[in-house]
Amino acid sequence: MTERYDAIVIGAGHNGLVCAGYLARAGMRVVLCEASTAVGGMAAGRRFGDGERYGVPGLAHLHCPVGKTLCNDLKLDDFGYSVGEPIDTIALAPDAAPLVLGVDSVKGDALNDADIAAYPQFRRRYAGFAAALAPLFETKPPRLKNLATGDLSTLTKLGWKIRFGLGRDIMYEFLRVAAINIHDVLNEAFDDERLKAAIALDAVLGSAMGPRTPGTVLTWLQRLHGERHGAIAMSNGTLVAALAQSAEAAGVTIRPGCPVERVLIDDDRATGVMLAGGETLEAGIVVSGIDPRATFLQLVGAPQLDTMFANRVRQIRGAGVVGKLHLGLEGLPEFSGVDASQLRQRLLIAPTMRHVERAFNCSKYGECAEHPVFEITVPSLADPSLAPEGRHVMSVNVAYLPFDVKGGWQENKAAIVRHILAELATYAPGIESQVSDHEFLSPADIEREYGAVQGHWHHGELSIHQSFMLRPLYGAAQYDTPVEQLYLCSAGCHPGGGVTGLAGRNAAKRILESGAAS
Amino acid sequence: MTIDRLHFRQPLAHTPFYEAYADLSKTENWATWNSYKVPRIVDKLSVEYFAVRSGCSVMDLTPMEKYRIEGPDARSYLDKLVTRDLSKLRPGRVTYVVWCNDDGKLIDDGTLFQFDTNRYRLCAQHHQLDWLLMSADGFDVEIALETHDVAALAVQGPTSYSVLEMAGIAGLEDLEPFGIRELACGSVPVVVSRTGYTGDLGYELWVAPEHAIALWNSIFAVRGRYDIHLIGLDALEMVRIEAGFVMPGFDFNCAETTIRDGYDRSPYEVGLGWAVHLDKGRFTGRKALRAEKLRPAGRRLTKLVVDGNKPVGEAFIYAGRKGKQVGEIKCTTWSPILKANLAIADIDYIGGKLPDSLWARFDYQRELKWRTAWAECHPQTKPFYTPEHRSKTPPARF
Repeated sequence: MTERYDAIVIGAGHNGLVCAGYLARAGMRVVLCEASTAVGGMAAGRRFGDGERYGVPGLAHLHCPVGKTLCNDLKLDDFGYSVGEPIDTIALAPDAAPLVLGVDSVKGDALNDADIAAYPQFRRRYAGFAAALAPLFETKPPRLKNLATGDLSTLTKLGWKIRFGLGRDIMYEFLRVAAINIHDVLNEAFDDERLKAAIALDAVLGSAMGPRTPGTVLTWLQRLHGERHGAIAMSNGTLVAALAQSAEAAGVTIRPGCPVERVLIDDDRATGVMLAGGETLEAGIVVSGIDPRATFLQLVGAPQLDTMFANRVRQIRGAGVVGKLHLGLEGLPEFSGVDASQLRQRLLIAPTMRHVERAFNCSKYGECAEHPVFEITVPSLADPSLAPEGRHVMSVNVAYLPFDVKGGWQENKAAIVRHILAELATYAPGIESQVSDHEFLSPADIEREYGAVQGHWHHGELSIHQSFMLRPLYGAAQYDTPVEQLYLCSAGCHPGGGVTGLAGRNAAKRILESGAAS
Repeated sequence: MTIDRLHFRQPLAHTPFYEAYADLSKTENWATWNSYKVPRIVDKLSVEYFAVRSGCSVMDLTPMEKYRIEGPDARSYLDKLVTRDLSKLRPGRVTYVVWCNDDGKLIDDGTLFQFDTNRYRLCAQHHQLDWLLMSADGFDVEIALETHDVAALAVQGPTSYSVLEMAGIAGLEDLEPFGIRELACGSVPVVVSRTGYTGDLGYELWVAPEHAIALWNSIFAVRGRYDIHLIGLDALEMVRIEAGFVMPGFDFNCAETTIRDGYDRSPYEVGLGWAVHLDKGRFTGRKALRAEKLRPAGRRLTKLVVDGNKPVGEAFIYAGRKGKQVGEIKCTTWSPILKANLAIADIDYIGGKLPDSLWARFDYQRELKWRTAWAECHPQTKPFYTPEHRSKTPPARF
């Protein structure tokens, strides 16, 4: 028995939910197949520990508010979407007091006046650069060959914003820094090592890049673009729930626990999908919200693709370097120099840019960072339901941990986790004795559990050669693929990662404009 | 692996047959083919040419690129690789194939031998290992270069069947064109295919390198009875043009080594559209070739008979005498058997059609003085030379 739809969306990550929602609102009959038993992908909450007594907001434990257009189009407010309290960043250092970084101010002991004054200016300038790039991020990336009218207008808007939005002098500065590394830019702007490292970490966390890697200004601008609609906040689960309800209200059939085994192709044209149990679904179009590499190499299969294209898919760069540590704690952790109220903020352990760079260096050679960098939150302070009474839960991103660690994750995981905890204990003495339960997801675990190839958050590195019209790769820009009626809508596409829903929205618009839907 | 530190003393490799023919060369006119030293002309070009057309020629084929393709997915792999419908290919048969890149541009051509259900050999003009391996993504198939592990001779010409029979290879009488047989020459196991690049009756013999000389000796032992000549690449060039065969890398650029946009060619553009089956199932380049098929033809490699007997050389082609320049000659030869100037030219179509009147403008010398001449060119759709004896089974005995 084969059921027929207008569109099948594969993967109910937030981009899949967004795309399905848009397509359904345009009148299409949409089914959304999700391999896992819950929707939301990396933004979905998860439980761990003895009797699953602890919970965390998800692999993406922090995110910025999504754009107003998306909210309005999908009526997310009606479905309970609420933005968490904006939080600051507390940058820890081993033998100095922590810094507190906000959107437009920074404070802390031993911080010089020049840095304090420069910080808001620097943030404003780079937020301006990010705004200049907005026309590029918020629509399908223009195709340079055979420019279509829409693409021409994107480029015109981009050019206008860069030239006249920024002004001539600032435009020169933008052109100077756009492709260089964040390390050099920060050294020009600031003196304080803690401050530079905290900003640098935001440019590189999630990428196999160090502060000195070319293109890390661009990754930081992408991050800032994400903050355009509000500062970073703790995930509270309402986005995923609202997206799912909105999609269902629009008529999307969501099928959790329903892994897609392969995309059915007839004469170079996608005609449906086959599910793990052998059931087939037919549809006019198939949209993949999972990693493009998995889409092409697993669901479609290299034999169905032209040789050069399949080879380029194999070459997509995107090996994850971030592990996720979840700790169930018997009490509130204590970090040196951090008061209890500051635990509601985001804590960073990345004392200097050199520390970050060295941690990255290890991962290049298959080794875990000797002194890793950490991004730490205590979600149970914002949402007490995440831990039993009197207990707390800590959600920690740990970098740099290579996907293909020497000797394999299976064999080395326990030792690596012990080392990570010991490193953490140098900032939070005694934390080891507070841990009652823990869960650690290596990049290999993230690949297995979330289907993100090589455990990469963004389904492919956000490097310049994999951005814009080259994302995910040449031959599959603008959410199209060489397989007719098969589209992509994941973070692997333009404009990349982050919980913004932009890839899903752009893809849906592209599909609806192209007339593929009819 | 050990590295021979003195390899530079002999930059060109010798094939397993080399010692048999090293002394036959009267001209010392050698050519490099795939890093092997092979004869360009052994003695006299006209003698070698007529050995192919009216006697028996032997050519050392060893340097040709050969690949072993084996495994449960070998057939589906080949279906993806080549543009031709292989559904009629079966064990013991050979077929001519071409393969393209994603843009539907020709990478190379070759002959595909099927030995067994899952065992094939692909012979190609140029090195293809990287492309063959890259294309194998997702297939359970093993691909190995076997150029240096298989020695090969082309025995071609009207008397080739009789020569091989007399040399002791029995079982050729009912071997049809494009057939393969595993036979023996005395105690030497030899695989014989009725294939070739001359357009004449002929066979290709495949043998283990250690048996190469024994096979050679058996063939040349019947030299007293038949006129047998070792031939070089120059004679081959003449006969392959007569037969209308195109040569990748010479008559058109191979896509993988083309640098400039638009300088590569599709199978349609070189007249190999008959080897493309768009409905056979998917293969690399199909989408691009489908799109090309819908557009008016932009250009074609075209066989031309050029008026007169002056050597035309590398000349431009014009639409009408002193008309618009529309193309250029890629290869040319004087055909002694047809008494005609033959050429294969790359010609731009006008409005999707071959221009009505084609003229070559060329320069030639008369007693060291250069002159310019115009010669009318007459396009041909069939091979210039296809003798009936080429495809007769059993072939005529001499």
